[in-house]
Amino acid sequence: MHQKKECVAMLLAGGQGSRLYALTKKTAKPAVRFGGKYRIIDFPLSNCINSGLDTVGVLTQYQPLVLNEYIGNGLPWDLDRNVGGVKILPPYQGQNGADWYKGTANAIYQNMEFIEQYNADYVLILSGDHIYHMDYAKMLAYHKETGADCTIAVLEVPLEEASRFGIMSAHEDGTIYKFTEKPKNPDSTKASMGIYIFNKKKLFEYLVADAADPDSANDFGKNIIPTMLAAGEKMMAYPFEGYWKDVGTIRSLWEANMDLLGDTPVLNVSDENWRIYSRHHAEQPQFVGNTAIIDNSSITEGCEIHGTVKNCVLGSGVKVMYGAYVKDSVIMGDTVIGEGATVNYTILDEGVDIGAGCKIGAPQESATDITVIGMGVKVPSGTVIPDGQMISEL
Amino acid sequence: MNIAGLILSNLHRNRLPEMTRRRSLSSVPFGGRYRLIDFPLSNMVNAGITNIGIATDFNYKSLLDHIGTGKDWDLARRSGGIRILPPYFSGADHIHYQQSYSTRLTAMMATLDFVRRCPEDYIVLCDGNVICNMDLTALVEQHVAKEADITFVAKKMDVTAGMLNEDDILIESDENGRLTSYARALPHEVGEKNVMINVIVMRTTFMRNMLENAAAHGATSFGDDILRPNLKRWKVYVSYFEGWCAHIDSMESYFNRSMELLDPEVRADLFGREDRPILTKVRNSAPTKYAPGAKVSDSLVADGCVIEGTVENCVLFRGVRIGKGTVVRNCVLMQDTYTGSNVTLQGVIADKNVTIRDGRLLAGHETLPFYIDKGASV
Repeated sequence: MHQKKECVAMLLAGGQGSRLYALTKKTAKPAVRFGGKYRIIDFPLSNCINSGLDTVGVLTQYQPLVLNEYIGNGLPWDLDRNVGGVKILPPYQGQNGADWYKGTANAIYQNMEFIEQYNADYVLILSGDHIYHMDYAKMLAYHKETGADCTIAVLEVPLEEASRFGIMSAHEDGTIYKFTEKPKNPDSTKASMGIYIFNKKKLFEYLVADAADPDSANDFGKNIIPTMLAAGEKMMAYPFEGYWKDVGTIRSLWEANMDLLGDTPVLNVSDENWRIYSRHHAEQPQFVGNTAIIDNSSITEGCEIHGTVKNCVLGSGVKVMYGAYVKDSVIMGDTVIGEGATVNYTILDEGVDIGAGCKIGAPQESATDITVIGMGVKVPSGTVIPDGQMISEL
Repeated sequence: MNIAGLILSNLHRNRLPEMTRRRSLSSVPFGGRYRLIDFPLSNMVNAGITNIGIATDFNYKSLLDHIGTGKDWDLARRSGGIRILPPYFSGADHIHYQQSYSTRLTAMMATLDFVRRCPEDYIVLCDGNVICNMDLTALVEQHVAKEADITFVAKKMDVTAGMLNEDDILIESDENGRLTSYARALPHEVGEKNVMINVIVMRTTFMRNMLENAAAHGATSFGDDILRPNLKRWKVYVSYFEGWCAHIDSMESYFNRSMELLDPEVRADLFGREDRPILTKVRNSAPTKYAPGAKVSDSLVADGCVIEGTVENCVLFRGVRIGKGTVVRNCVLMQDTYTGSNVTLQGVIADKNVTIRDGRLLAGHETLPFYIDKGASV
């Protein structure tokens, strides 16, 4: 018998992240590196532990190797617990055969037993592709206070961007009366953040019914939420204020990294009261040589800088050699940028090597788009890779 | 290989009284993110040693904080792992444990229980202030091949005036590497010398007998009472270490050894070995931020710093803040040093959590660095 947990978090981490192209060829989106020493999943996981939630199921499916290895026993997030903690939940084979997770709702449906183990009253659904700080405990308190069956976290977005989101229309008291996925003519600016709290009993009823419906896409946004709304369940919108970014595209991922820079960055990862935890190994401190010029950048341990680095986010173990010039770029880690090479407006995934004298991308002002080079690609000396290219093999 | 490790964590603390007022010598911070004990501990772990005793006498709170369960060195084990060996009084052994270990022998005697229970055949003993990246497997292999009773590690050094102190041991060996002389260094000695670097290998049973005999005879000095009378009888060998090695035994050596880390060859020797990483407690600090206008050169910088001013030839630990218009040259600034704006620092060692307010000017020299005590505010 397990100890009871009031609320269990379920983190959907199975998405392929196909709009990140080369960056998610070998890794699931939640395991994509962010901000020098983090991976995207560090944000929801750190939010959980900072909110006092110590039981988290991570639902994996697509390319889970890196993610499994990364989460391991959960120790870096203090989620290595005797009861609860973080558990990886891959699809499995049951008596009635084996099934992939057909949709977000189906993934939870297949793991109802996991939630039941802890006799939870509430289930928090999270996704592994957003960068934000949020106290889920406050949202849970709101959910209980309002007596809702389901609470959905919403963010005010500019009207012109509202058609990119799932939009909630709510009364003054927060009761949701309408939900439209990506509306052409939005009548509200409350965007769903993909964060839901359900009463477990209600959730299970709808999951079971949804699983029995052969026409359902088994998705929270497309099926569960609209069905519950139509049935007149009490659905509340929980207003969230603060930094939140869906990093599902190359551009938004690049922008979120850049949000760490500047005199007063919009995204603060060094808040002592809301730490973002990550798994990393002890590497030697970064070394800055006497030919280095570093301006407005974030640099991680294990780096060695001899060239010029401007407006960049560098992960661990990046070597910028003599005469190299790197600007407006995100270098995820374990990369050598050879002598005299220039890298402009580019994202380099882990383990990329740029040979001496290479020219990667074009200055942001003149570039058509961000250049992306995928994991482990070795670019020979003198190669020119034009702006906007997406390279996963050479 | 079947080896256990022993670290004498606080043996030479009198050599660095300022920094060890509130911590043991081996928990003195070094190299931007490490503490001295990380080096012997990592060397042991990299040689596959998983049963490690750490002898402490007092002031070991920061050491315990740092080591924790030993997880960061992969030493949180069901069997073995790290054992802290604090002083205690034992009636049965008739040994009076002193509150602090004044000599190598008294410190070693306090580990007798560990040695008695040690299932491994060999023990590598290492002082807590030895900084190097050493292949201990090869060292023990040599010890076994020579069928030695004791193997000392020494380094050939070009000794300059004032470099050695009375804690240093000079040794000589014959053409087979067998020890012929073991003597305390004199402060004025100069020239090429073989200086012992305080890494010692013994067979476990040999060490146990030696310590029990020492206890029975009331011996207090390892050199005078134990080693020298038996030098002919025992097979004592010397292994010469070629790599970079430092003993932290004065404020001057702390400062100069820290500055040597800015040399790429030293860093490659100490940190650059793929199969022998230096491990330390992993904390969560954000990457370091270089604000618009920051100027940094020839410096070692840990994570979590925010740099808005100028930094030259420095070692910055985690969470150091360099304000706008501030210039810092030839300094070692430990964790969470805060400098306001327009501060000038030269030749300064700031211990943890030091605050230096706007416009202050402080200077020391490499032979006498200006040391600011932990938590002080200028």
